[in-house]
Amino acid sequence: MKILICMSNVPDTTTKIRFKDGNTALDTTGVQWIINPWDELALTRALQLKEEPGSGVEKVTVITVGLADAEPTIRKALAIGADDAIRINSQATDAYDVARQIAEAVNNEGYDLILCGIESSDYNNSMVGGMISEFLDIPSVSSVSSVTVDSGRFKIKREIDGGKETLSVTAPFLAVVQKGIALEPRIPSMRGIMMARTKPLKVIEPVTSEVLVEHIRYELPPSKAKCRMVAEDNVRELVQLLHTEAKVI
Amino acid sequence: MSVLVYTENWDGKFKKLSYELVSYAHAIAGMLNTETVAVSIGDVSDTELTALGKYGASRVLSVRDARLNQLVNQAYASVLYQAAVRENAQVVVMANNFTGKAIAPRLAVKLKAGVGAGIAGLPVTVEPFAIHKKAFNGKAFATIVIKTPVRILTLLQNSFGLKENGGVAAVEAFIPDLTDHDFKTSVEEVSKVTGKILLTDAEVVVSGGRGMKGPENWAPIEELARELGAATACSRPVSDEGWRPHEEHTGQTGKIIAPNLYMAFGISGAIQHLAGVSSSKCIVAVNKDPDAPIFEAADYGIVGDAMKVLPEMIAAVKEMKGE
Ligand SMILES: Cc1cc2nc3c(=O)[nH]c(=O)nc-3n(C[C@H](O)[C@H](O)[C@H](O)COP(=O)(O)OP(=O)(O)OC[C@H]3O[C@@H](n4cnc5c(N)ncnc54)[C@H](O)[C@@H]3O)c2cc1C
Repeated sequence: MKILICMSNVPDTTTKIRFKDGNTALDTTGVQWIINPWDELALTRALQLKEEPGSGVEKVTVITVGLADAEPTIRKALAIGADDAIRINSQATDAYDVARQIAEAVNNEGYDLILCGIESSDYNNSMVGGMISEFLDIPSVSSVSSVTVDSGRFKIKREIDGGKETLSVTAPFLAVVQKGIALEPRIPSMRGIMMARTKPLKVIEPVTSEVLVEHIRYELPPSKAKCRMVAEDNVRELVQLLHTEAKVI
Repeated sequence: MSVLVYTENWDGKFKKLSYELVSYAHAIAGMLNTETVAVSIGDVSDTELTALGKYGASRVLSVRDARLNQLVNQAYASVLYQAAVRENAQVVVMANNFTGKAIAPRLAVKLKAGVGAGIAGLPVTVEPFAIHKKAFNGKAFATIVIKTPVRILTLLQNSFGLKENGGVAAVEAFIPDLTDHDFKTSVEEVSKVTGKILLTDAEVVVSGGRGMKGPENWAPIEELARELGAATACSRPVSDEGWRPHEEHTGQTGKIIAPNLYMAFGISGAIQHLAGVSSSKCIVAVNKDPDAPIFEAADYGIVGDAMKVLPEMIAAVKEMKGE
């Protein structure tokens, strides 16, 4: 059985966001790039499944759409334990294009399970995973917080609005994963880092890109008015303010 | 031509969210000079369906099919696809919740529609179709242009509000064409949250962080929430430690919420936490550290011990309510 992890290369979550070129593009000077937090958890879970005796998982591959500058992040995924990697040599633009590039690249490659994070922490779209499944015409399960496998059949837990459900799914399918899928992301070991250098990283050229949504301008949120401080022994005043001034209670 | 809106139901009933979606769809329909058509999937009474007219739906396509009692992404996307084609939809609106995130991307591929995800307001212009959205976890806003003739928008809950227009919607039965291929996943077990206000629905949220010291100190948080008709939430370390259930975790890697009031007790206000709550209309912070970053995001603050402030706050709220 083969698992594919779709991985996005995003600015570190603590990055101070700035724009350039008249606020039309992200200023990447000094930005630290990381594996999108959910994708890292997805990779961690895939590796756990592979190590489980009898799970039948033989290979874990990561795939990303990005230019050569995404390679350090890909090497990190290999260092964490992925067996090999694919980079589609194209600047990621909109979700539709990214999903289509990935679907074109993996169609007929026989992946049993494809894992995607619930959103990427840059454009926050939550779209790529579901789109890949539709391009590939395979089932998808979203907001997945647990994946286990037993003799080829997958048990999935997902969160719905107002509850949780357990599902049973047969491969091939795509799971869009969120919190809970793994508790802590795996950290590369020294040995992993050494091995990552020689693991296969295949670069493939994109199909003609098709962009449906363009980001034309960015703005920083308006700065907030100063916080109004109330004395610790005057909680009543705060409650009054919330009632009469803010009108929220 | 039309603006199509998917109105989800919970055990046959619509919620405020459903009405908000219709209100929003109707406002866009106004900009496009067209009508608002709702799609309902499930066993919903005609009274409930016609009430969508109050918020601007002129018609409701009602789909009743027992196979759709549980969310099956492929099948739901297929239903909405057929409805969008039939109604010649220019825009399809749904919620930016778990259901919306599950269906919208599949529908987008079927319709070859550009998606605006996590939208909080009306388009800036409809020709070209330009709209604002959050990016970089709320650290910025982007203006996007959707270039396709059909667009999908997922709306952030509690961002638009309700607008009554006082109509009555005509209900039409809609029988989409579905095959076994659409039903490849099956739900074996369901556990629903009952008797609690859902975090994503709540207008007021009372939240606790690591400063609460341990699960044994949550009783006053819960009591304050009860008094205010609020939901409870927590920071990530609190749910990681198992002090509170995972569903309460707010922030970048948890739930993203936008209540009218968010109250943070013993939460430092890390950037990843704020990513989930910064769209709240009003933020109150109680923290014993005057330099905690939460005060930069808050509208009202108390520097003090949460354990001491909470009981006083409960008393003050009771007093305000005239108890
Ligand atoms: C990739 C990534 C994703 C993350 N995602 C999230 C996320 O989604 N959500 C999230 O919350 N965090 C997230 N984090 C973690 C985040 O960085 C912080 O570590 C976390 O939010 C801190 O939680 P806290 O404020 O409860 O705890 P702490 O940072 O420990 O803060 C506790 C606060 O309580 C105050 N305090 C202590 N005692 C009292 C008292 N008696 N009365 C009043 N105040 C008191 C202290 O002054 C302090 O400010 C993420 C981190 C990373 C790296």
